[in-house]
Amino acid sequence: MSPFATLLLRDIRLAARSGGSAALALSFFALVATLMPLGVGADLHLLARIAGGTLWVAAILAALLSLDRLFQGDFEDGSLDLIALSPLPLELTALAKIGAHWLSTGLPLTLLSPLLALLFNLPAPATLILFISLLVGTPAVSAVGAIGASLTLSLKRGGLILPLIILPLLSPVVIFGAGAVSLALDQLGVQNALGLLAAFAFAAVLLSPFAAAASVRLNLGG
Amino acid sequence: MAGLDPAIQGHQKPCLWLWMAGSVAGHGERNMISSLTAENLVCVRGDKRVFEGVSFRVAAGHALAVEGANGAGKTSLLRMIAGFLAPAAGRLIVKNAQGESDDAEERGKLVGWLGHQDGLKPQLTVIEQLNFFAHLYGKQADPSLLEQVGLARQRDLPCRYLSAGQRRRLALARLLAGTRALWLLDEPFAALDTAGQRLVAQLMAGHCKAGGIIIAATHDPLGLGNETLRLANESLKL
Repeated sequence: MSPFATLLLRDIRLAARSGGSAALALSFFALVATLMPLGVGADLHLLARIAGGTLWVAAILAALLSLDRLFQGDFEDGSLDLIALSPLPLELTALAKIGAHWLSTGLPLTLLSPLLALLFNLPAPATLILFISLLVGTPAVSAVGAIGASLTLSLKRGGLILPLIILPLLSPVVIFGAGAVSLALDQLGVQNALGLLAAFAFAAVLLSPFAAAASVRLNLGG
Repeated sequence: MAGLDPAIQGHQKPCLWLWMAGSVAGHGERNMISSLTAENLVCVRGDKRVFEGVSFRVAAGHALAVEGANGAGKTSLLRMIAGFLAPAAGRLIVKNAQGESDDAEERGKLVGWLGHQDGLKPQLTVIEQLNFFAHLYGKQADPSLLEQVGLARQRDLPCRYLSAGQRRRLALARLLAGTRALWLLDEPFAALDTAGQRLVAQLMAGHCKAGGIIIAATHDPLGLGNETLRLANESLKL
């Protein structure tokens, strides 16, 4: 097995065994999605209209719950030193961790979204677009989150600062993701919104490992 | 001794393809080095000058003990050699059959690291930890390493149930699994009982005998007939 796959699988295994951070994210996502219709009331049209934005924001906040541990655990227990000395470049280490975070958090959130869309009376075509937008866009959440997680690595309360760093950077994801769902509701073309979302996600996944690796290097030296 | 392959291997130049595959120089092999030389190293942390003028040379098959009071910079020196910390001044030069290099990243790929923290995950079992690091370092895990460090019976036990000494033994097994030429050990005897300390001494002796280099920050004698570098507030030279 390659060092990349080894690290990816270990992080997925850790996510599955460490008190269920993925389960926590899913529970949070489900709770927010359940509470929102209770607060808004029984206006089905309004619920469908706000579904895209609400579920996208809830998904990002849920993913944030486990993002601060992306490098922190390995940094605190000394594993990151050993990983940094391995043949795996730090850029690929960051990519493996982004992949593991998406597979253990972003993908389950995406899979749960059609069920929660029912609570918002979202029509089937718009639900499909919501699913696709989350599938395409959540890797960007993990990738941008990796930059924030690496920047806050040596801070004691880094988890509190992390949302302040990455939420503004994720605004394009919310705009295009929720926008695609709104367009689908209005039976308009969603290709442009999904295309821009995919482009943003692609760029984030491609570039963020370099930024995260540079930041991890600085923290290992500090 | 298992995990101490003395074979001298050639040095490969990394290329983009190997980089993408997570496979660069040193992957799956043990690059031997002739010597490690430090020239007038200066370490600055924040606005504090931790040490300055530190020079030494350690040849293959030899060990260097780094002593000093708390805060004298022992760990900082080890982290500098590993390439985590850049020296404020001075050079670290690795010599091998191909020539010499002061590239920190290249040097890091030769390092077997045993730090203050054990780098073990409480959720993973002993054998999972060993397999993880062996595969990460491009090696096949050798379960006999667990016997060697006295953890064969605990192989399927999650690390959260290990004592501090057992965790240290597992970290030693991981060090052996990496088969790196330059061992950097931070307090290698910490948390170990007498038998554990004897084991560390044996492993270190075996590593030196196989042509490796050891630099250990320690308050205890290494017992390897090694030289000692004492870090203090003034500059030191061996």
